[in-house]
Amino acid sequence: MIKRDLVIIGGGSAGMAAAIEAKKNGIDDILILEKDGVLGGILNQCIHNGFGLTEFKEELTGPEYLSRFAEQVEEMGIEYKLNSLVLDVTENRIVTYSNAEDGVVLVEAKAIVFATGCYERSAGAIQLSGDRCSGIITAGTAQKYLNIHGFLVGKRIVILGSGDIGLIMARRMTLEGAKVLCVSELMPYSNGLNRNIAQCLNDYNIPLYLSRSVLRVEGKSGRVEKVVLAAVDDKMKFIPGTEMEFECDTLLLSVGLVPYVSLLDKLHAEMSSTRGAKVNDQLMTSIPGVFACGNCLHVHDVVDFVTDEGRDAGRGAANYIKGLSEKKKHIAIKPGNGVSYVIPQFIETDLNNDITFKFRVRKPVKNVFVNFKSGDQLVNKVVKPVLIPSEMVMIKLNKDKLTNLPIDEIEVSLEER
Amino acid sequence: MKELTCIVCPRGCRLTIDDNLNVTGNFCPRGAEYAKNELTNPKRMITSFMRVKNRENCVVSVKTSVAIPKGMIFQVMEEINHVGVDAPTRIGDIAIKDVLGTGADIVITKNIK
Amino acid sequence: MLDVIIIGAGVTGAFIARKLARYELSVALFERENDVGNVTSNANSAIVHSGYDPVPHTLKALLNVRGNQMFDEISDELDVHFNRCGSLTVAVSDEQMVMLYDLEKRSQENGVPVRILTAEEVKEMEPHINKEVKGALLAPTAGVIDPFNLVVHCVENAVDNGVKLHLAEPVIDIKDNGDYFLVKTSKGEYQAKVVINAAGLYSDKIAAMIEDIDWKLIPRKGEYFVLDHYDVGLVNHTIFPLPSAKGKGVLVSMTSSNNYIVGPSSEPIDDVEDFSTDSYTLGEIRRQATELVPDIPFNQVIRVFSGVRPTSTRHDFIIEPAKSNNRFINVAGIESPGLVSSPAIAEYVFENYVSKLFSLKLKANFNPRVKKYTRLNDMSLEERNEMIKKNPEFGKIICSCEKVSLGEIKELLERSVPPQTVKGVKRRCRAGFGKCQGGFCSPMVALILAKHYNVSPLDIKWDKESSNILKEEVKKL
Repeated sequence: MIKRDLVIIGGGSAGMAAAIEAKKNGIDDILILEKDGVLGGILNQCIHNGFGLTEFKEELTGPEYLSRFAEQVEEMGIEYKLNSLVLDVTENRIVTYSNAEDGVVLVEAKAIVFATGCYERSAGAIQLSGDRCSGIITAGTAQKYLNIHGFLVGKRIVILGSGDIGLIMARRMTLEGAKVLCVSELMPYSNGLNRNIAQCLNDYNIPLYLSRSVLRVEGKSGRVEKVVLAAVDDKMKFIPGTEMEFECDTLLLSVGLVPYVSLLDKLHAEMSSTRGAKVNDQLMTSIPGVFACGNCLHVHDVVDFVTDEGRDAGRGAANYIKGLSEKKKHIAIKPGNGVSYVIPQFIETDLNNDITFKFRVRKPVKNVFVNFKSGDQLVNKVVKPVLIPSEMVMIKLNKDKLTNLPIDEIEVSLEER
Repeated sequence: MKELTCIVCPRGCRLTIDDNLNVTGNFCPRGAEYAKNELTNPKRMITSFMRVKNRENCVVSVKTSVAIPKGMIFQVMEEINHVGVDAPTRIGDIAIKDVLGTGADIVITKNIK
Repeated sequence: MLDVIIIGAGVTGAFIARKLARYELSVALFERENDVGNVTSNANSAIVHSGYDPVPHTLKALLNVRGNQMFDEISDELDVHFNRCGSLTVAVSDEQMVMLYDLEKRSQENGVPVRILTAEEVKEMEPHINKEVKGALLAPTAGVIDPFNLVVHCVENAVDNGVKLHLAEPVIDIKDNGDYFLVKTSKGEYQAKVVINAAGLYSDKIAAMIEDIDWKLIPRKGEYFVLDHYDVGLVNHTIFPLPSAKGKGVLVSMTSSNNYIVGPSSEPIDDVEDFSTDSYTLGEIRRQATELVPDIPFNQVIRVFSGVRPTSTRHDFIIEPAKSNNRFINVAGIESPGLVSSPAIAEYVFENYVSKLFSLKLKANFNPRVKKYTRLNDMSLEERNEMIKKNPEFGKIICSCEKVSLGEIKELLERSVPPQTVKGVKRRCRAGFGKCQGGFCSPMVALILAKHYNVSPLDIKWDKESSNILKEEVKKL
């Protein structure tokens, strides 16, 4: 068994930021475990631009953005192991990983940061109707085939789901010679960023059909031959007579991302409705010394915020190792009207810092107050002109407002203006 | 009067621009500039990849150094598609100088050893 | 001239092939698909039924009970995950309790050990069961098995003992030439003294190649949910409702890999190649399943699928020679409980028919065991490290959900029934079986296959012949 102060699981944007920040906060004995052959995680295949506006005030591609952090990791002498998958983590923070060089190794850590990213919901998870043929593929997998290996998964494409990866892939596949017939979205609004609808769909005259989903996939031959879409009513039931048929060879799925945390699940960490772990203001889970950040905590829309959250977790882990994060209180943060989740779920330490609340709304709203209430007491009230589910909202709360609460609970809710 | 979605940043402001190029709805000045360009000379950044000639089954990601006229996107893609590069590559290396006279270079965006 | 041609490498054909491989016979096994066990054997409940349900004195009853007894040895010899977890048939009303006692009687008639449990006993064994439970019939000999490995390993064992396997080679015509059969396939013509028709969903068509038949297949489709595996004991047995005219009903069960399976529906269909799923049927399964286990976490569903069962108009297994020639043996209508019965079916076919057609000699060097599979997840840390020291590829994990290594995948490719498709790899070693359903690992698996078979990744298939994954290699210079 080897010993490390801090083990970071995942060398993507969140993990690299956590490592760099922990090092800056005085933790020298760090090990990053990355399952792939390079640092950077999913950004390696996100070759489009749009990353780094907050971090660097410039627009970078995924590989450019990640390389800036990978270089820092190198320069700071932070140890990392590639092609190394974590097999197990125990409650007393023993991490088991496997790779070709070291074999299976146990590492005892003073703190662990989970930065394991997310995975795409599959055809099975959405219980897609129709034939079980090839050509039904998630957008991220198609992205890897195209941008890393140079292969198009199809030439005539229907996309289900208007999440950002689906939109980005609509443009990428069009540029590389495929015909994208349409994007179909179950909800009455898009789940992608507005700019991606503009520059990925509108620029290439790709129609976006809202409140429509896949009625069935036809592909008796073994490969997708046809996708039938139909409109849904407000109870998500298909409306007869609204079918639209598309002859195509591929159905690309962009139907949601889910935090990839089966190891935390196995530890019986308290889980949230985001399907990530519940965390406190230090981004520590219910398992002492185990932290989570980035897309494995909640799925982000902008990588710059992943980096920022990674830094928070790195700092949290450093505080924990140095014994600076003693729990002093337990204020539960709850989502209220119109809010699907809030992070952190608890405020527990008292480190004299303001706290940024991150949350998402359930559906698009205009002109609302965001209320922070503790019992009957209004702790804070913020006006927001537009909020949409695809954009994470961040509101900072002054530390002074967290003292003298009537009950140990804050609810974040929306109120019409 | 025309309505646009700003693509300058993830905020994605809804812009309106009138015939006199007056812009409203923009959060920042870059939005106004974007709307004006969009009416007069719309431009886009292009990202793609090129084949690496001296590596088996290897591609390297690239981008245009600056935005190119929207109408030339597919012509520029043709150029990118038919040129390969040799490894090693460094971020910032120029793969094609001043592609099709657009003033934009095709620039490598990934380090390959 | 071959001694025996077996048509169909599903679980039935596989066990018949393995049985015949024990003797000095030349045997060829023909399969229309590019992998073995890829149709009905691939998509079912994967239950080793105890045998309480079939009507007494039918072939189903006889062979189910006998088959069940054989599975400890089979799972050991063929190195297949098998768990005799037992089944509970649950009554949720007083009326159903009466039916349960009838079922108990039928079990006893079939020679199946069972016991009626009180509501309290059921609740203690199965904390997630419907609180309205009145009692249950416990059949401790029931079990769950890995149906994918079962058929692959069984055929592999047959091949290792001399059976010749022909994949992707459908039989298109058979002529009875008196002394022998001329079997025409998509690739050639073969002569055989004996033909065994174990063609599953196509067994009616194969049988009709030599004579008119007095039975028909009415294929029934069953749809299922598969849930991810997590270490919460949702159910600890296979949970059945009371059986009805439509079959054993919607079950909720753990699987041999500690996933959970919920289903099946049971609808007659016209098209034997209809493996589609639909939301209406799945909704109905969900409704019925939650009557047994109310809090099934359907947000943990990772896959839905359907299987088609070759139900026949006889409503029993059809295991008999053709009327016109006793050297053509039909093994048809092998619906549920076909999986559990299959080794007993093979025994039955051998003892009653094949053994009477040849003067047989046992093979001296028959080996009933497959070469042990490397399964790192079943190993201790020390054993794993031993393996990695010998071959570092056992350290490189390809499927992070199911933790399958490069070494394990490459080892499969060196065996005698190697996978040719991405699904073939998945069925053998579970790469792609987890929560991301191959989202991360399937490109790596496809590239490993392409390299091994020395073909372009464009030629790699997900499953059947026209199921290529990739369409175009872009920017080839």
